[in-house]
Amino acid sequence: MCLAIPGKVVEIRDNLAIVDYGGVRREARIDFIRDLKVGDYVIVHTGFAIEKMDEEAAKRSIEAWDELLSLDDLDSMGD
Amino acid sequence: MLSEFRDREIAKKILKRIFEEAKKIGKEVRFMDVCGTHEDTITRFGIRALLPKNVKILAGPGCPVCITPVEDIVRMMEILKREKEKMIVTTFGDMYRIPTPKGSFADMKSEGYNVKIVYSIYDSYKIAMRNKERIVVHFSPGFETTTAPTAGMLWEAIEKGVENFKIYSVHRLTPPAVEYLLRQGTALNGLITPGHVSTIIGVRGWEYLTREYKVPQVISGFEPIDVLLSILMLLKMLRNEEIRIENEYTRAVKYKGNEEAQKKIEELFEVVDAKWRALGVIQRSGYSLKDKYGDYEISNIYDVEVEELPDLERGCRCGEVLRGLILPTECPLFGRVCTPRHPVGPCMVSFEGTCQIFYKYGSLYG
Repeated sequence: MCLAIPGKVVEIRDNLAIVDYGGVRREARIDFIRDLKVGDYVIVHTGFAIEKMDEEAAKRSIEAWDELLSLDDLDSMGD
Repeated sequence: MLSEFRDREIAKKILKRIFEEAKKIGKEVRFMDVCGTHEDTITRFGIRALLPKNVKILAGPGCPVCITPVEDIVRMMEILKREKEKMIVTTFGDMYRIPTPKGSFADMKSEGYNVKIVYSIYDSYKIAMRNKERIVVHFSPGFETTTAPTAGMLWEAIEKGVENFKIYSVHRLTPPAVEYLLRQGTALNGLITPGHVSTIIGVRGWEYLTREYKVPQVISGFEPIDVLLSILMLLKMLRNEEIRIENEYTRAVKYKGNEEAQKKIEELFEVVDAKWRALGVIQRSGYSLKDKYGDYEISNIYDVEVEELPDLERGCRCGEVLRGLILPTECPLFGRVCTPRHPVGPCMVSFEGTCQIFYKYGSLYG
């Protein structure tokens, strides 16, 4: 019951959003999410959006790994 | 957006670093996950088998339906027996099948009682709106991530005066369970902290465990790269002898968490001592509706005494699995007598139960 999954908001009606999970669309309650826009990603758990997915933060963390892993590669070449 | 989080080449690079760090540490280290979704990622992607021999991953009590007390399930069933014509009980699909010495919700359904499986408490609410002449009770298990939707839905029911909608709260808090294991002496070198519970309670909801019990934590996402990276971050902390809480799942978890959800939970619920099936009573680990909203809690309305019942069938080692003391393969019933089709204990019933996850992904547990 606890599997929460990310999806993209395609429509908003009051406290409900239609969320697209790679082609499958379902309703989700958005009571706890402020300033939600069509196109945002949300994490949905038992029919409720529990948080927005921060695309910028996702990109930043991918860049951070690239940096971390490439620096480490240089380190390990010296080992 | 998430394809990088499953990228094979990135995974290889992280694994290489994990091996380097593990070698520098030398001794065995044990990390625990406390979330069925993490356990699913770890087992489905064969992460245990990929790790160095001295890095062990334990699975903790990350399955809310597994730890829901037998007595509460039986009490709900007894209430339904009294109100056969008048009551509809809803619950999640795995809760529906959880066995007790007095049967399951699924058994009641086959005896003609009105029990429905729902995906969301919102579905139960809609059933209540359509059946105003009946009492609709959502038997409501789950950690903070599920308590928030319950609070949201109940709030609407209260505001709109939907009085035939009730819950039976068996909601639980996650950090006190980890604290309980640490106090009981489960040896841990780090915690793979559940990302979705953390979307609600924030990084700050976990800080006290690191401060008081000196356990490093990494709040982790659920893609394989998230979990590998979290393991690497824990190893780095150990090697540098740093005890901190770090957040790997920055795309979803904020330091303060979801304050809107926290406000609703705090308005409706109080934190009480509560029983966990196969673990016992854990202090301040349960959510109970406050007295002023007590009319929405079905167990306040019907006074049903339930005798204490055994948590598990003889031979079932679900309790040790939930404590992270053994992996399912160490239980003699696993895969022989106990399978998802014929589960003996709750850990084999739920999609989040460690036993079912191990059974489903076969030999990938390493």
